[in-house]
Amino acid sequence: MNLQGKQVTLHDMSLRDGMHAKRHQISLDQMVHIATGLDEAGMPLIEVTHGDGLGGASVNYGFPAHSDEAYLKAVIPQLKQARVSALLLPGIGTVDHLRMAYECGVTTLRVATHCTEADVSEQHIGFAAKLGMDTVGFLMMAHMVSAEKILEQARLMVGYGANCIYCTDSAGYMLPDEVSHKIGLLRAELPANVEIGFHGHHNLGMGIANSLAAIDAGASRIDGSVAGLGAGAGNTPLEVFVAVLERMGVHSGVDLYKIMDVAEDRVVPMMDQPIRVDRDALTLGYAGVYSSFLLFAQRAEKKYGVSARDILVELGRRGTVGGQEDMIEDLALTMAKEKGLI
Amino acid sequence: MSQKLKAVIIGPGNIGTDLLMKMQRSEWIEPVWMVGIDPESEGLKRAREMGIKTCATGVDGLLPYVLEDDIRIAFDATSAYVHAENSRKLNALGVIMIDLTPAAVGPFCVPPVNLQDHARNLEMNVNMVTCGGQATIPMVAAVSRVQPVTYGEIIATVSSRSVGPGTRQNIDEFTRTTAGAVEKVGGAREGKAIIIINPAEPPLMMRDTIHCLTETEPDRDAITDSVQKMVQEVQKYVPGYRLVNGPVFDGNRVSIFMEVEGLGDFLPKYAGNLDIMTAAGLRTAEMFAEEAASGTITLPARG
Repeated sequence: MNLQGKQVTLHDMSLRDGMHAKRHQISLDQMVHIATGLDEAGMPLIEVTHGDGLGGASVNYGFPAHSDEAYLKAVIPQLKQARVSALLLPGIGTVDHLRMAYECGVTTLRVATHCTEADVSEQHIGFAAKLGMDTVGFLMMAHMVSAEKILEQARLMVGYGANCIYCTDSAGYMLPDEVSHKIGLLRAELPANVEIGFHGHHNLGMGIANSLAAIDAGASRIDGSVAGLGAGAGNTPLEVFVAVLERMGVHSGVDLYKIMDVAEDRVVPMMDQPIRVDRDALTLGYAGVYSSFLLFAQRAEKKYGVSARDILVELGRRGTVGGQEDMIEDLALTMAKEKGLI
Repeated sequence: MSQKLKAVIIGPGNIGTDLLMKMQRSEWIEPVWMVGIDPESEGLKRAREMGIKTCATGVDGLLPYVLEDDIRIAFDATSAYVHAENSRKLNALGVIMIDLTPAAVGPFCVPPVNLQDHARNLEMNVNMVTCGGQATIPMVAAVSRVQPVTYGEIIATVSSRSVGPGTRQNIDEFTRTTAGAVEKVGGAREGKAIIIINPAEPPLMMRDTIHCLTETEPDRDAITDSVQKMVQEVQKYVPGYRLVNGPVFDGNRVSIFMEVEGLGDFLPKYAGNLDIMTAAGLRTAEMFAEEAASGTITLPARG
């Protein structure tokens, strides 16, 4: 693979996807500490919100230590060059949340839908584009459908006003060939002024390989997370990715040693558990299940005595999509009843 | 003389057609008119085949016939944008409006919780909230009638095939309207609503999860009993409304997991979300008819 001379925009997820791994309990000080470190390292874009996006604070997904507004207001004024993005899932967050984020200084709005349901994003993409925001359509669980379907849904989002489309491997299920095919088709068919992005999870250890395949196929934005802090086995670990990009001659503008230090000195010490491909995270990738289900399934295992792996495999078999965290406890209860445990 | 009240359905889409099929079995409501805006619409054709009068020029085309045909009840299954005008025109002629759009011009109506009050007050416009609201607010109310609920949250998961373009284009309206009704009708001090659309094939049945945070430690026995009774109340008009799991208790959290299977009238059984709306709307109209027949309320006078 020859990527020599290419440019790529890296986008850090540790303060949004990483919220899943921290049960949304990152403190304001920790957020500022990590965000300023990333800013100094030259990271151009940093996402900050509840793990499930704006308005995610709930029993279903977990109540965060602080509101989205408090996090955004703490982080944004401290940054010298980095811009801040926010995620929004229609059905969870609303245009009211979007307006709040914009007023806090968020410049990039990413509207996330399941990969077949892009038409729920019209209100939010339209509104963000009208505000002049960098507006991204984020198609989740992209492994579940064909490249042609992803393209069809991407076109809807572009029609609503998105200037960038993401192919999102929420389950960490994809292998590099699939990434090449899907990103390649988007790049070939969408207008040249629409950027293409890739968001990976490391559940099958493919974060780096998939991200390289995405760049090779035409993606110019890549999500990752410093020290991999993210749902499941985490996102593509950015300090590793920056090192690989340097060796391949790809320009990201991020300083390798500085981001290595942010990972080691600021992020790893605050992890509640090592972010690694453990048995359950591997199951997510293998069975194609939404990565943020991991800790919920592990808690259900503890509470009801049924295996987290069995829960996750069954959720995959049922075609469960992002946001259906409520079905984890429901299924655990049903399985525990069947086994006579309750 | 028949005590059935004559009705018009505005909007010949999925909801309107399903409503018509249910209404044909009703002992209290007689469907007479179906109103649309497209003469070629499948829904109007179906209504004609079922022996219903149709009009393709909107509510204005119906107005001359309202008194002549003694129309007393209107069901609006169009959109929030046109509802207010439809309601104003028909209310002026003494027609009670059952609003199945998220317009929420009139008070929210969730039959087992507050329908009786609305009927006795002869509310001329009642709003049926949303499908998610109909499926979950009875459960929030079942908890809040036992003890104060500081926070009520509902998650409605529906199959992709059962969600029409109107809901999709304005999904914020679903979350706002439902959250508002979780507070106003459910009795939670703060409400939150989440909707998830799932494209699995074959389509999944509507699932609804209700989380309530109680102010003090939940009275497990009283809540369990209240929830089971409320499920039976809803089953009177939606037989496929089922408690799958719960109530389960975790500190002050009470969680209830429901499933809603439809009757499969116009849309297949998985579309319990449409069924619960149409069944609740029809149940509401029937209550008005029952109250009028028993003399508890007097419908607007007609010469």
